[in-house]
Amino acid sequence: MGLIFAQLLTGLANAATLFLVASGLSLIFGVTRIVNFAHGSFYMLGAFIGYSLMQVLPGMFGFWSSVLLAGLAVGVIGVIVEMLVLRPVYKAPELFQLVATFGVILVIQDLALLTWGPDDVLGPRAPGLKGIVRIMGEPVPKYDLALIAITPFVLFILWYLISKTRIGILVRAATQDREMVGALGVNQAWLFTGVFFLGATLAGLGGAIQLPKGGADLLMDFNILAAIFVVVVIGGMGSLPGAYVAAVLISVLNVFGVTYIPQSTLVLMFVVMAIVLLIKPYGLFGREEVAGEHGQVGEPERPIKPAGTRGRVIVGGLLVILAMVPFFGSNFAQVLITDIIIFALFAASLHFILGLGGLVSFGHAAFFGSGAYVAALLVSHAESPMEIAFLLAPLGAGGAAIIIGWLCMRLTGVYFAMLTLAFAQLIWSLVYQWGEFTGGDDGLVDIWPAAWLNGTTPYYYFTLLFGIGGILLLRHVAHTPFGYALRASRDSVRQAEATGINTKRIQWAAFAFAGAVAGLSGALFVFSKGSVFPTELELAKSFDALIVIFLGGVKTLAGGVVGGASLEFAKDFITRFEYWRLLLGLLIIFVVILAPEGIVGASRKLGERFGFVDDGEGRR
Amino acid sequence: MKPKNTILAAAAAFAIGLSSISAFAAGDTIIIGEINHYKRMASFTAPYKNGIELALDEINGAGGVLGKPLEFIYRDDQGKPGEAIKIAEELMTRNGAVMLTGTIFSHVGLAISSFAAEKKYLYLAAEPLADALVWAKGNKYTFRLRASTFMQASMLAEVAAKTDAIKYATIAPNYAYGKDAVAAFKKALKALKPEVEFVTEQWPALFKIDAGAEVQAIERAKPDAIYNVTFGGDLAKFVREGTTRGLFEGRKVYGLLTGEPEYLDPLKDEAPVGWVVTGYPWYDFKDGPNKVFVDAYRAKFNERPGIGSLVGYITVKSIAAGITKAGSTDTEAMVAAFKGLDVDTPIGKINFRKQDHQSTMGAFVGTVALKDGKGIMVDWSFKDGANYLPSDEEVMKLRPASK
Repeated sequence: MGLIFAQLLTGLANAATLFLVASGLSLIFGVTRIVNFAHGSFYMLGAFIGYSLMQVLPGMFGFWSSVLLAGLAVGVIGVIVEMLVLRPVYKAPELFQLVATFGVILVIQDLALLTWGPDDVLGPRAPGLKGIVRIMGEPVPKYDLALIAITPFVLFILWYLISKTRIGILVRAATQDREMVGALGVNQAWLFTGVFFLGATLAGLGGAIQLPKGGADLLMDFNILAAIFVVVVIGGMGSLPGAYVAAVLISVLNVFGVTYIPQSTLVLMFVVMAIVLLIKPYGLFGREEVAGEHGQVGEPERPIKPAGTRGRVIVGGLLVILAMVPFFGSNFAQVLITDIIIFALFAASLHFILGLGGLVSFGHAAFFGSGAYVAALLVSHAESPMEIAFLLAPLGAGGAAIIIGWLCMRLTGVYFAMLTLAFAQLIWSLVYQWGEFTGGDDGLVDIWPAAWLNGTTPYYYFTLLFGIGGILLLRHVAHTPFGYALRASRDSVRQAEATGINTKRIQWAAFAFAGAVAGLSGALFVFSKGSVFPTELELAKSFDALIVIFLGGVKTLAGGVVGGASLEFAKDFITRFEYWRLLLGLLIIFVVILAPEGIVGASRKLGERFGFVDDGEGRR
Repeated sequence: MKPKNTILAAAAAFAIGLSSISAFAAGDTIIIGEINHYKRMASFTAPYKNGIELALDEINGAGGVLGKPLEFIYRDDQGKPGEAIKIAEELMTRNGAVMLTGTIFSHVGLAISSFAAEKKYLYLAAEPLADALVWAKGNKYTFRLRASTFMQASMLAEVAAKTDAIKYATIAPNYAYGKDAVAAFKKALKALKPEVEFVTEQWPALFKIDAGAEVQAIERAKPDAIYNVTFGGDLAKFVREGTTRGLFEGRKVYGLLTGEPEYLDPLKDEAPVGWVVTGYPWYDFKDGPNKVFVDAYRAKFNERPGIGSLVGYITVKSIAAGITKAGSTDTEAMVAAFKGLDVDTPIGKINFRKQDHQSTMGAFVGTVALKDGKGIMVDWSFKDGANYLPSDEEVMKLRPASK
């Protein structure tokens, strides 16, 4: 009995940091609709700044002032980020801002490395709270008790701020309908900045307050990211009590999971999230999302058309050049282009459901990885020939997409995105954990193509055939009745249903199709590299694809391909520099601010202005 | 859709791309391709790179190898195996590298190893610890320098077997390295002392440990001794919670890699006194080649060496010795030279074994103590890796594809 109570206390103490960071994320999302990937970076900065302050400020007073000051300092950093990076892109399409925040992550990572150096630091213990007290005979650290007491206090302050003050009223109003708040004369820009300050401050506090239980290191930004998203989603996006309940739920379950099923540490919270979302689609305390934000933000989209003669000639010319590469390019040029085509195909498959279907998936790597793993498993376990494994890979990935799609289709918007993330994470942890079958994180190696394809040049042509073929197929499908039905389902579910389109089924089919194409790119990948590891199923891989689509242009047909190809190419160049993350982050932010319609959208506009191409109405 | 601009832009990018991918003319230096996770694992790669630089200075100061200077090209793979392979190809075909080395992560090491065997490139895996690299997935073109998980775990098991502890708890990060390390320790300890039992196995997610819960779970099992494989931030949290809650009182704890400066130093005065660990006691060398290396390192970089510094240094020395023995930079000649290659290192002579391409580089085993508010290893001894490898028959079984 004593042990169980002590475990409960451990869980409650762990919930403190999680709640502080997640509540900030939840507030920011609720008001600004920004999915702030950089929130983990704010948390990391809070820890490092708090650590530095604690070296200077002595004693108990110094410790707690350091925590507060670290929070405020991070709040100011949040304001800087909001004003410099996010303000210019509020008018961009929904979710576009997450690309900007991804750039911020990269910049902060390198700046933190420059400032604090590469070594992990161990946080100082809290003066006056170093020991333990015995509760029912079990040792409980005093600092844990302090954390348990502080969290409800913070929750109360936030609750008071949100429900009893004028600022809180405005924040709540903006959460419900930010356009109306703007119409009533409230300065939205400053409201957003204020919320960003508050959210970043909370993340900073979270980082600083966990110092006595850990420390600060350069990986902590990404390490907490998945957990806080899970907490926010379980609690309901925008709900503070929800964030608290979810943080406690996750932390307490985790403590018992550690004791009774020690192998569960990787997946437990994603299982909980999937269950909660399947039962309560909008989280425990969340409200149904208002779809489409009362119409799309930004410019209306132009209808897509098949490429004209001139376009076809140019594409054909480009293909001829690509086909000639082995005759004049180096060996490495072929390897690089192979990589780029594979990634472009993967990005294009996500673009198909995101751009045309309006389905934002945060877990698309699951299908890329499924394809790669199906092929690799067939080769290593069934010793099947490469050709058969290659053919079955897209089918396997498509099958996975059919199942996951069926489970996720009941949700929309960000909740749909989070559910795809949860399932992607489940597949990842399955592969990671099931070492005997999948090789765990030692992966599957020696998966090389058949003899007739083995060699850089033959495989280059193979990739060209299937990669470009896949991209053209996606394009072609966009112009079929199925493609039109998909876009109709995205733009207006009601009108589409009225014309007899079964929108859910169309979206489900599109999801499966995109999954199969992602699986094709995964199969191309595994035979070009000769090995596959769970890294290909990771969140980071999904985010990579998401980011290039936004950079390329969500509302254009070529966005996925162009974004994927240009970023992969830029990366190959930029990663040669020592501080490449800083450069890449700045580049992303730069593109985001200069070209909110993405590379394709922006260059098309530029072309129209100078008369190179005619605009949508046929004018030149 | 008017694709013209898109395509023009793509064509332009493409043209720039091709022009930058021009062939590289091999110069008068011997180039080694070094691939690592410089950003992801910054606190480990920095001392490693310094170790390489120090060895390069020494070798090139003495006239280089085969009369040519040795040069390393460092590339960051972002910790992604696919990226590492692309870079490996570029290093070999475009930059004129004669062989590959590097990586800390085992999975990246395994990816490069498979690639090297396919393309017939020589790969010296410097730091990845996975047993599979030389055994289950071993191949002709891959050699590994550092004492593997199996070797280091066996060294600790040897010490543990001498105590009267029967009930053991283990805690290890939930991935291949942690699992290998626990399996190797269990196997070695059971062989030496069949009556031991393992009462609980804890598997925190890497760098996401819930230390309070782990400590409670271990305490609940009431073990006599604990075997720890956690490292980095996880180790710090585990040590702090465990000390606070009195988990280590009256218990022997064995820590794999815990004594390495990269892991021990951040703990400062909270270093877990009394733990038996593998590590690198650079501060304690009185004389001999160890001392010479440490002094040279500190003189050049004005900071303490880590275990990574030693590994980086020996990597270069091994490569120089291998190329010298081969007499050329032809891959097959180098592979033949590396088989059974003897290298003089600060920690004594090591040998790249013929049968499994594992070097006999050993490790230091000692007990953690506090000195001037910092954790150090005392009562340490150096264990020769050659004594902690399985028999040749067992190696043949473990290494199916080997020739």
